[in-house]
Amino acid sequence: MTDAAELRRRTAELLAAHPPAGTERLDFLRARFDAGLAWVHFPEGLGGLDAPRALQAVVDAELDAAGAPGNDPGRIGIGLGMAAPTILRYGTDEQRRRFLRPLWTGEEVWCQLFSEPGAGSDLAALATRAVREGDDWIVDGQKVWTSSAHLARWAILIARTDPDVPKHRGISYFVCDMTDPGVEVRPLRQITGEAEFNEVFLTGVRIPDAHRLGEVGEGWRVAQTTLMNERVAIGGVRTPREGGMIGVAAADWRARPELRTHDLHRRLLTLWVEAEVARLTGERLRQQLSPTLDSVRAGGAPAGQPGPEGSGMKLAFARLAQQISGWEVEFLAEDGLVYDDWTLRRPEGVDFTGREAGYRYLRAKGNSIEGGTSEVLLNIVAERVLGLPPEPRTDKDVAWKDLPR
Amino acid sequence: MTTATEMPDPDLLYTDEEEALRAAVRALLADRCDPATVLAGAESGRPYDPELWRALATDIGTAGLLVPEKLGGAGASAREAAVVLEELGRAVAPVPYLTGAVSAVSALLGCDPSQEAVAVPLAALAAGSGTGVLAVPLPAAPGGSAAPTVRADGTGALTGRVGSVADAAGAGLLLVPADGPGGPALYAVDADAAGVRTEAVTPLDLTRPLAHLTFDRAPGRLLATGDRARTAVDRALLTGAGLLASEQLGIAEWCLTETVRHTAERTQFGRPVGSFQALKHRMAALWLEVASARAAARNAADALASGSPDAPVAVAVAQAYCAPVAVHAAEECIQLHGGIGMTWEHPAHLFLKRAKSDEIALGTPGRHRDALAGLVDLAAP
Repeated sequence: MTDAAELRRRTAELLAAHPPAGTERLDFLRARFDAGLAWVHFPEGLGGLDAPRALQAVVDAELDAAGAPGNDPGRIGIGLGMAAPTILRYGTDEQRRRFLRPLWTGEEVWCQLFSEPGAGSDLAALATRAVREGDDWIVDGQKVWTSSAHLARWAILIARTDPDVPKHRGISYFVCDMTDPGVEVRPLRQITGEAEFNEVFLTGVRIPDAHRLGEVGEGWRVAQTTLMNERVAIGGVRTPREGGMIGVAAADWRARPELRTHDLHRRLLTLWVEAEVARLTGERLRQQLSPTLDSVRAGGAPAGQPGPEGSGMKLAFARLAQQISGWEVEFLAEDGLVYDDWTLRRPEGVDFTGREAGYRYLRAKGNSIEGGTSEVLLNIVAERVLGLPPEPRTDKDVAWKDLPR
Repeated sequence: MTTATEMPDPDLLYTDEEEALRAAVRALLADRCDPATVLAGAESGRPYDPELWRALATDIGTAGLLVPEKLGGAGASAREAAVVLEELGRAVAPVPYLTGAVSAVSALLGCDPSQEAVAVPLAALAAGSGTGVLAVPLPAAPGGSAAPTVRADGTGALTGRVGSVADAAGAGLLLVPADGPGGPALYAVDADAAGVRTEAVTPLDLTRPLAHLTFDRAPGRLLATGDRARTAVDRALLTGAGLLASEQLGIAEWCLTETVRHTAERTQFGRPVGSFQALKHRMAALWLEVASARAAARNAADALASGSPDAPVAVAVAQAYCAPVAVHAAEECIQLHGGIGMTWEHPAHLFLKRAKSDEIALGTPGRHRDALAGLVDLAAP
């Protein structure tokens, strides 16, 4: 069993063999991956050491202290948070070896081709077709809300491989080469003025069958792994007290006494409490997800896989982000009337705290829509956590091709 | 301002020992404290169920959880007492645990337990053989803002009045904060002593009796004076407020569980009503509140158990958050039960009354938010 002391020893070895000051960034990241210190809970040979997930913090702290370069998770979040866990769980050995290392080092950026204009909350209704042709699949369709598509080398893609069975059963999961000539990426401008997302048009895109993840027709189940990890990635980022937006709001309050009113004070304190409790709730979920952490005792702890509880965190995060940013614009009064820049820009990631309050307010509108709307997440909690009976479904046993569209 | 980076990570989960303690308390309450029994007891006029109390306090040994073994207790911590309170909340159990085993015990621990005047009542409370309460109004919040309403003369004779003291009617010992000849002081007074009048009031929460206490030259034994007396009382209120969050969590948990059970079974329009999104979304939102309340309550219990300097923040956050969650859960429970939720027969009203009363107990959410403004440097205009 790899413990904290062992990880410190291995981290020291890595730093000795590849001193950050004299090593190219990419060389260091590759060496770190090969040393099993990229994501310690992954298997040996795939960037990890089969160690408890919670011990990653030990490695990160040592490397930060030594000034080692990072892999810029803000830029490759989809790869790290969604593609990687899915490839690890459903990929073949060959797929894992091919994709995980450049994914983690950031040499290859990933994006996610899931949502479609006609398949948002009802993702399983998706219409993008994949038709078998020899050892390949030929893919045609349109995807939307694809962040990083313009930067991506690879995409995780779900497409319909059998229209004659009910919608959940006719889907397969692929790795799509974004350099294929049939892939066209168009920016999708949003309410902030920038274009963080894209529309992706797929026309005769050729995907080798060796790039399929999971069995044919099992794509919906594979996608659940991706989506559960997405919700944890969005709602479960560890933050210190006053980390994130509430810290910005609190700093505003301290810096601008002339703008304070009793009403804003009352609301700020309520939001501060809710943000602190959301932080603790995320921390508790993380402790539950790390069954071998010293503080976690046997019993009740899930097996380290995010469950539907992650949906709850995302709900809380979205509501708070919207309320805090709305509060902030109001608090800033005259300054809240101003926007920093409406230029069509192509940001590489979302930086909530790096821009002005107006940007935060507008961007936060997406938090309750992207990665599962809050309404869908409430259904997930109600049905999968609380076990409440589902809504009557008219589409469950009907062949996809016969559904009204 | 204290920041998270200066403090050790709280353990927000439950240990095996805590789960075993929970199982023992839950089994006892399932056996002896079902809702019909609670309701009958509340209508009997008895302040609490002495047999249930003995089984809980002495047989399981929960009364002494906060007390070190060398002082006659179990040598556990606020974490374990919090688990007991979760279960007591789930059963709206009419026992003087929060007032006695938490607040009164914490007040005595804040005095000097090497003195016999402190050690003897502490050991009795820890063993469950004695009952005692801190004589402060139930709404009193930590932070030391309220001045005592009782005066003590040089002989320890106490005169004054304290209103709305929870569980005072059944208590054998009253711990009375008073203005003494040399400033603040804390006295022990036997409840049946001459000059003590206990006037029971009809409480909103039938499961936690309230009484006004009047002292007319009642004989007090000095427990502590000066800063020690003041901090002992504040420690009791802080510990009480922090652990009340776990009781509120238990209340909310029962309300959610019963509401889910009821709406999954109740059929209208040919469907279980729990299948309608208009209802299930409300229960899912409540689930998130309960999950969040658990994190807040565990954080407060852990901070109190470890003596963290962050405890005042953790307690204020837990109270500001958990008190409204318990009320919301009880209100949703009644609404989503429909007509049956409004009846005397259905136990939901016991939980609503406890939740609403708990919201006022040991500081309202607004008072705790006000306290936070000072603690985390978010000053009022």
